[in-house]
This record gives sequence, structure tokens and C-alpha cells, in this order.
Amino acid sequence: MAVKVRAFLGFWYDFVVGDDWRVAAGVVVALGATWLVSRSGAAAWWVVPVAVAILLPVSLWRATHRR
Amino acid sequence: MTAWPLFVAVFLACAVEAVEATTIVLAAGTARDWRSATVGLTAALATLAVIVAVVGPAVSVIPLRGLRLVVGGLLLVFGLQWLRKAVLRASGHKALHDEDAIFQTAVAAARGTAVRPRAFVPDWYAFTLSFKGVLLEGLEVAFIAVTFGSNQHDLPVAALAAVAAVVVVAGAGFAVRAPLARVPENTLKFVVGVMLTAFGTFWGAEGAGSRWPGGDAALLALVPAVAVFALLLVAVLRRVGAPSPDGPVAAVVPAATTAVTEVR
Repeated sequence: MAVKVRAFLGFWYDFVVGDDWRVAAGVVVALGATWLVSRSGAAAWWVVPVAVAILLPVSLWRATHRR
Repeated sequence: MTAWPLFVAVFLACAVEAVEATTIVLAAGTARDWRSATVGLTAALATLAVIVAVVGPAVSVIPLRGLRLVVGGLLLVFGLQWLRKAVLRASGHKALHDEDAIFQTAVAAARGTAVRPRAFVPDWYAFTLSFKGVLLEGLEVAFIAVTFGSNQHDLPVAALAAVAAVVVVAGAGFAVRAPLARVPENTLKFVVGVMLTAFGTFWGAEGAGSRWPGGDAALLALVPAVAVFALLLVAVLRRVGAPSPDGPVAAVVPAATTAVTEVR
């Protein structure tokens, strides 16, 4: 039973999070930061694009330098 | 967004998933047993229909802002993962996605497993290989169609695009009874990764409370900006760092079961 539950959770983790959990965590942080900035009344549209511009190169760098 | 860009975006994304599912079913049918593979395909489609029937109406009652936050976040995660793989492939740091190689590997692995009838199918391995492949890829097709359609208030067009992609790709695959190696899948994956990242960025930020300058027209700047950025990263990665030992010349996937999870 525990093995099946672990396999089920593993499937969804792989389906949603994928190869680099830091990317998924970074997206959550970026959306949270967007919410906080927008609540302050300032323009917040730039937060997610900046996060993308940081997350993708960092993830690629880790993928090409970890071996 | 008018109906055509929505149709094209969903069609391309779903076509990529359909190519992968078709390869797995063809491998299961060719190497093992067509009846079991077909039952697996049918069972997966029925499961997907139930999931869509349950989740689809639920999605439509979620407030648009909440939907855009969740869907935008998920699309952004998916898009960045796709783009990451596409950039690594295009720059030579990861083996190209090769449907022929995946098909041959899956067939070889399938032929090495004993035939074991179970329940209503003569070959349980062919059934599960086909079922898992279609369900996994089908979930992505359903997710893309439902989320894009809901966000743009045009579910019929999104559903039509998804069905059209599956029918065209699966029809071509079963007509030639061979993997669709001529489909420029790596290029398609790059394009789809760019679109998912751009749409995820747009919807996620809107869902989190921000307003884009120019409204929906911001997408017209976001999509090419993401594409140019990804191409720049490909150029940079080609210049710096040697390709990994398991780069383009290495085997694509080690086993059929890996193919099911690795094809995404």
C-alpha cells in the first residue's frame, strides 16, 4: 500500500514539478511577490518576467555544470 | 485573443503530446499484442473522459482570477521545464528527442518481457504500457485544452483544437504503423515551451493581482521576448561548456518504462 501511495505521489510530483524543483519553487515565490507588490499599489507586472529571466538561466547552468 | 491563436496554441501543444502517446501505443501493439494495446488505449481514453467530466465543470466555477493564478503558475512551471529541455537539446547538452529511437527501445524492452494474461486482456504488459502512456500524455492534453479554453472563455475552440491534434497525429501514426519521426518534434517542443512560458507569465501575474500594460496585447510582446531570450540562451550554451557525456550521441532512453515518463 505504502509503495502504491509513494508511486502515486511520485507520478504527480514528476508531472507537476519535473526535473528541477527550484524552478517550481521560484515560480511560487515570484507569484507571491507579485501579489505583495500589487497590494502595495505599485506596478507588479514585471516581477514574473524578471523571475523567468533568472530561473531559466540558473536552472540551465545547474543542468550543464552538475556533472 | 481571437479564436485562431487559441486554436493554433492548443493544437501545437496537444500534437506534441499525441506524437508521444502514439509512439508508445504503436510500440506496445507492434512488439506485443494489438488487442491488449487497443484495450489499454480505450481504457485510458475512458479514464480521461471521466477526469475531464469531473474536473471540467469544476474549473468553470472557479473565479477567473483564482483560475488564472493557479493555471498561470502551473503553465509557467510546465513551460519553463519544457523550455529548459528544449534549450539543452538545441545547444547539444541533452540528447535530441528521437521518436524512432524511443520506438525501437520500447519495442526491444517489450519483446524481452514474458506474456502474462490478466483479467480481460491477453497481454498485461502491452495493456499497461499503452494505458500509462496514453493517460499521462492525455492528462497534459486535457489540462492544456481545459485551462486555455477556460481562461479565454472559449472551451469549444480549445476542445476542437485538442481533438483535431489527436485525430491528425494518431491517424497518421496508425496509417503508417510507424513512429512519426518526420514530425519536427524538438522544434515543436521549443515553440510550445515558449508559448506555455509566455501564457503562464501573463495569466500568473494577472491572477496574482497585477495589470499588464496594454492588457491582452502584452502577449504580443511576451511571446517573442521569451522566444528571443531562449534562443540567446541556446547561443550562449553552445559557446560555453562542452556537451555532457550523455549528449546527442548517447542513447535517448534506456527502457520502455522510462520512455513513458521521459517523453514529456
